[in-house]
Amino acid sequence: MKYQVNDKGYYGEFGGAWIPEMMYTNIDELKRRYLEIIESAEFKNEFDLLLKDYVGRPSPLYFAKRLSEHYGTKIYLKREDLNHTGSHKLNNTIGQILLAQKLGKTRIIAETGAGQHGVATATVCALKGIQCVVYMGALDVSRQAPNVKKMKMLGAEVIPVHSGNKTLKDATNEAMRDWISNPVDTHYIIGSVVGPHPYPDMVARFQSVISAEMKLQLLEQTNSEFPTRIIACVGGGSNAAGAFYHFLDDEQVELIGVEAAGKGIETEETAATLLVGSPGVLHASKTMLMQNKDGQITEPYSISAGLDYPGIGPLHAHLHKTGRAKFLAATDEEVLQAALLITQKEGIIPALESAHALVTLEKIKMQPEDVNVINLSGSGNKDMETYLNYFGY
Amino acid sequence: MKNRINQLFETKKENILSVYFTAGFPKLNDTVEIIQQLEKNGVDLIEIGIPFSDPTADGPIIQKSSEAALKNGMSLNLLFEQLKTIRESVNIPLVLMGYFNPVLQFGVEKFCKKCAEIGIDGTILPDLPLNEFEQEYEHIFRKNNLHNILLITPQTSEKRIKQIDKASSGFIYMVSSASTTGTGKKVEDFQQDYFEKIQQMNLKNPCIIGFGISDKATFNNACKYARGAIIGSAFVKSISNNDLFVESIPVFIQNILGK
Ligand SMILES: Cc1ncc(COP(=O)(O)O)c(C=O)c1O
Repeated sequence: MKYQVNDKGYYGEFGGAWIPEMMYTNIDELKRRYLEIIESAEFKNEFDLLLKDYVGRPSPLYFAKRLSEHYGTKIYLKREDLNHTGSHKLNNTIGQILLAQKLGKTRIIAETGAGQHGVATATVCALKGIQCVVYMGALDVSRQAPNVKKMKMLGAEVIPVHSGNKTLKDATNEAMRDWISNPVDTHYIIGSVVGPHPYPDMVARFQSVISAEMKLQLLEQTNSEFPTRIIACVGGGSNAAGAFYHFLDDEQVELIGVEAAGKGIETEETAATLLVGSPGVLHASKTMLMQNKDGQITEPYSISAGLDYPGIGPLHAHLHKTGRAKFLAATDEEVLQAALLITQKEGIIPALESAHALVTLEKIKMQPEDVNVINLSGSGNKDMETYLNYFGY
Repeated sequence: MKNRINQLFETKKENILSVYFTAGFPKLNDTVEIIQQLEKNGVDLIEIGIPFSDPTADGPIIQKSSEAALKNGMSLNLLFEQLKTIRESVNIPLVLMGYFNPVLQFGVEKFCKKCAEIGIDGTILPDLPLNEFEQEYEHIFRKNNLHNILLITPQTSEKRIKQIDKASSGFIYMVSSASTTGTGKKVEDFQQDYFEKIQQMNLKNPCIIGFGISDKATFNNACKYARGAIIGSAFVKSISNNDLFVESIPVFIQNILGK
């Protein structure tokens, strides 16, 4: 339990609920009720059934033979890309929509960057017949047009955000403003393990199904629950939190998170928060941030809109600080090459975000008998334009 | 020396007018002159906004002014520099208002000391919540004779209002309705029940109403239920495209306070 949130909402020195008073009633209600609700038999039954029949879980743990041969080690891919809507994001939105219903909420808001979380939220709102408003930076709206259209077809209202850099951080600001203005009927479905307590813990719990399944699948396929290492990309950190969750106290399992280096961590154009950031408070959480010396948040950059965020979940800040997990960064260039390699070795086109995790295979020493699990958080369908432009097909 | 906020509430019992503006806007070095103009024209208390890149509790007008102020080069260091000799010309209470991260990076202890040196009387830091304030920082603020003003909203429970009243000093900032700043929820939307409930609770701290106060009518209405009111976005807007605030500020304030 060393890496679980404490009763004050902290992971070590990181976390908390740095909320303005306007959000207090909602956050307090969530904090008081989330565990009781999500641990109830009724909730669990409904959640598990939807994960199975609607999301399509368990997602396969696939032994990637040709990729393993290429790297001279054993590589397993946790196929979150095969989930309905094409990423791990749906695990969380299913959990939160059920929770919102139990809280009697009739309107859902969400922020989105690449549009994966927006689509996952619009999807569960359609499933439950609940009003849905998604905030998306105006720049992302134009970069991610197919997902915008999907959200609209699903019945969601997509509101372009024109403040700041017009990306994920600004969309999050605007969603928080909406919640401040609509405190009674609305639930805010945050898309990662970020934001005020209890969101980081709640979202990690919903995503923890990834590592729960991994344990069973590893036991079946390798005769041991414990792999040598688990590797996941980190934006806010929800797919990584889910992939690490049930292994946090198994210290023999190496945990590796991969941030987006963008054009390189030595440049201004990066989103590698842990590697270039410092502690501060943003979006109601005390965590590692990209900021200048005056405490103004700086604009991140990554080729993948889903990792283009200047903060990180407090759990990961803590895992970094304590050394329980190791964090690396992958540049845009490395990511595109890794995406091409897995596509042509395994016939799997990964999301740009997930391809960050794959870059690790180029960077670390692995033994032939090592069991490496890569959390393949999403499918590359949404990124075809970027790939086609880069590779010139 | 006695805190000027306490002096104000002891001497003035009603219709206290507080005005918010963003430091470094419209131009970087307007700060001191805006403060002087506001005092000269009868404002009772001033909230000096420290701009932040991500003002999540603010509406479009204050967002824009903050963005412009940062572009102009405003920082907490520079603000303290600008305010260094403010007490040679200004006597009314001054409060710094802003988000917590710039203060945290500056250093909370150093920030409070600077405030005391200059003669700042209080702070409003909306995303520094009560529990964190009490655990970590209250003693530092107290040592420097700084009131940290806390907020209540229409959703705040009676139990929590009592808790906030107990922990407060100076005054309580009553947010008029569920909204960010400057969204134009108007007088008729004002939650009379909420205002009356607070009046009847006989809190130990005086209350001032803020958010949605933009003109004479909204100011007067708020003053029926509280000791005064705060005008933010409407004032910031009035100086937005204005090199001539020396002329526009008297008109703006006169429109609020005049007969
Ligand atoms: C496929 C995929 N992976 C990863 C992420 C990053 O989010 P997180 O770090 O919360 O898993 C996203 C976000 O949009 C995504 O779409």
